[in-house]
Amino acid sequence: MVQQLDKVDVVTVGVGWTGGIIAAELAKAGYNVVGLERGAEQKTEDFLQTKDELRFDSRYELLQNLSNETVTFRNTPDMTALPMREYGAFQLGTGLGGAGVHWSGVTWRFLPYDFEIQSQTVEKYGEDKIPEDMALQDWGITYEELEPYYDTFEKTAGISGEENPFGGFRSDDYPTPPMKETPALRLFKETTTEMGYQPFMAPSANPSETYTNPDGKRINQCQYCSYCSRYGCDFGAKSDPIVTVIPTALETNNFELRTYSNVTEVLHEDGVATGVRYTDLTTGVEYEQPADVVVLTSYVLNNARLLLQSELGQPYDPETQTGSIGKNYCYQLEFSGQGFFEKQYNMHMGAGALGMAIDDFNGDNFDHSDLDFLHGGWISLRQGGRTPISSNAVPAGTPSFGREFKEQSIYQFFRMLSVGTQGASLPNVNNYLDLDPTYTDKLGNPLLRMTFDFHEQDQNLARYLAEQIEDILTEMGASDIAVNKDLGNFDIEPYQSTHNTGGVIMGDDPETSAVNSYLQMWDHDNVFVVGASAFPHNGGYNPTGTVGALAYRAAEGIEEYLSNGGGQLV
Amino acid sequence: MAEKKTGKPGTHQQEGITRRTFIKNTGLITGGLVSGGLLGGLLGNQLGTGTDTETSTEEHGHGATHRYEEARMFFKRQGDFRVLEMVTETIFPEDGNGPGAIALGVPYFIDRQLAGNWGSNTRDYMQGPFEEGTDTQGYQSSLTRGEIFLQGIRLINQISTSDYDEAFVDLEEQDRVAILTEFSEGNAEMRGVSSSRFFSLLRQAVLEGAYCDPLYGGNREMAGWRMKGHPGSVMSYLDVIQEEDFVEMDPVALKDHNH
Repeated sequence: MVQQLDKVDVVTVGVGWTGGIIAAELAKAGYNVVGLERGAEQKTEDFLQTKDELRFDSRYELLQNLSNETVTFRNTPDMTALPMREYGAFQLGTGLGGAGVHWSGVTWRFLPYDFEIQSQTVEKYGEDKIPEDMALQDWGITYEELEPYYDTFEKTAGISGEENPFGGFRSDDYPTPPMKETPALRLFKETTTEMGYQPFMAPSANPSETYTNPDGKRINQCQYCSYCSRYGCDFGAKSDPIVTVIPTALETNNFELRTYSNVTEVLHEDGVATGVRYTDLTTGVEYEQPADVVVLTSYVLNNARLLLQSELGQPYDPETQTGSIGKNYCYQLEFSGQGFFEKQYNMHMGAGALGMAIDDFNGDNFDHSDLDFLHGGWISLRQGGRTPISSNAVPAGTPSFGREFKEQSIYQFFRMLSVGTQGASLPNVNNYLDLDPTYTDKLGNPLLRMTFDFHEQDQNLARYLAEQIEDILTEMGASDIAVNKDLGNFDIEPYQSTHNTGGVIMGDDPETSAVNSYLQMWDHDNVFVVGASAFPHNGGYNPTGTVGALAYRAAEGIEEYLSNGGGQLV
Repeated sequence: MAEKKTGKPGTHQQEGITRRTFIKNTGLITGGLVSGGLLGGLLGNQLGTGTDTETSTEEHGHGATHRYEEARMFFKRQGDFRVLEMVTETIFPEDGNGPGAIALGVPYFIDRQLAGNWGSNTRDYMQGPFEEGTDTQGYQSSLTRGEIFLQGIRLINQISTSDYDEAFVDLEEQDRVAILTEFSEGNAEMRGVSSSRFFSLLRQAVLEGAYCDPLYGGNREMAGWRMKGHPGSVMSYLDVIQEEDFVEMDPVALKDHNH
């Protein structure tokens, strides 16, 4: 027996950064909003006395329990996809705040180039520069149009940073000054300056000073304690949804949060969504929550999955390259090189987003005329705080266990520095998401199937970025430098990056995209799909800054939709 | 090699520590966020009960005190556990840096981990159908980590007796290393899982036991952290992170935060 509930203005599926932003903005505007979150409630108090590497970094306590739900994976459409049984290349968040609780906090703006990548590439290099199997698209919005929303998100989150010399126009400075420069960061800064590059401090949601945002929410000064990525912050010093937008929404009394509420279907009739069906995971009881507007604000992968499961929009077909749900699934070329030094650096101290960056090899900041790839990536030395279980780097040739390993792994613990990159991931017609025909979740619904591999574009870009990393480490004076220049096939096993993007992409054409520039579905005016699922490709940066900006724009669109009595916003 | 000894953190004894150096070393006061209550608790644990360290050192030397937690939750046969002990010590041996896996409590740590969620893969997707898949598709075995460990540990001893005519625990170190190398390279024949996967689980578990918070039974007396120079769960590095030179600190464990 499905229980019917009273209609509300807005229902969000998932309550992390995007659900929190949508809820806060609409609840502040006086609309009643219900947030359905399938995980547990959590707050800063949950993280006190839990600086515990084994529990959070090795055993992934904050991540989704894969026994309930995972994804299946294959490299190519002719393979049989198999479930990701354990973590894992990427790490799925769970619970209130989602992955926004265990993130590192690096908060970029994408380059103006990213939003117009297709047209700028054709204009500058000609159509032949784009390989036939690369589904490169403009985003249906320009950087200038998105800029005010970037500014809003940065102010909500209290981002610390200094201006990117290659970045687009900024209407204002970062709300807080850059984080502290450490000896290791300084070495990277001095070296890259000598090499003719333009280093600057990476933008960070670990605020350099205590900050109160425009909603009156306080984020404490980062203590550089190192328990950041994969942890919740015990000091309220990492900007996340549970210390910012979610309490902002709750304080209005217009927002009702329901935890352990797992949405299984968006209900719809004749092109109009009527609400959602969800299961209370504590009782097994099913509910229907009617709403004027349904907003999908779960993680990238679940946004696509729920649309496919609900038969909303047209699924992407790689054979005919038609349809849009599941299309342009992209990732990140995230890797690093390492080198060893005589000096000991205090690398156990740090913060998730503490880093010195160069953007000289990102986007189209360098000429691609004679290069066999497009785009690039930011390159950096980051100091996230090294922990003893996970960091046992030894020079090449050292055995992986035994006396020499022990000696070297201890001796080198503070003497290894790594320089890394996050390369852009451009779409390929054979990289996509759909539903798995075999494997199901705990409730019996099909798992999402990911078909993804690295293609020639990725191999060539990764090799180029690896060469830059090697040059920088050499100039820094490292010995025993190890940089892998061969990306190989995508392998789901080693951790790489939780920067999954695409599947419900935005654009200016209903034929080639699923949502418009307000993230409103082209074929269902009252459904908005918010998140990195909207990225037509992934830039050479961490995605959350752009996710936050798009969420603020979507919130504005939803408000306009509700106050104007419906219709397409674009 | 002498340079490795100079400036190496964590080797000095805790007995001589003063309240002032403890505060300075941990950066707790300078961090500016610790309340008087927490600091008091920390100092109480670190200094007020300074005899903890001495007592346990004696335990190691003479076995004077019973460690009631040194009993098995997962391994039923004592022989299997003895092999596990020797395997962990081979992977992480006692040396000039400090204790090896056994003295750090690693074998009992692993036994407990195998008896819990990790050992029974309760947070992993274990529904069939099971297929081997390609190298890029990750772990696809229907075996739990507990089952893999049990099978692997027994196979190690079996290979030792068949190839060397001696039990693994009686082998010379170089022969133990040779057997484990075969496992690490995937050359030993296991059912339902590769020996290289078993070895990588084993190696990971040893490192976890050597460097986890002591609450889990490994990293006894924080000796793993001391060897590596890692100070554990320090609340704040705000005022020391810009120091040019390496900053030595005594380690802090979760027990010290819990008062």
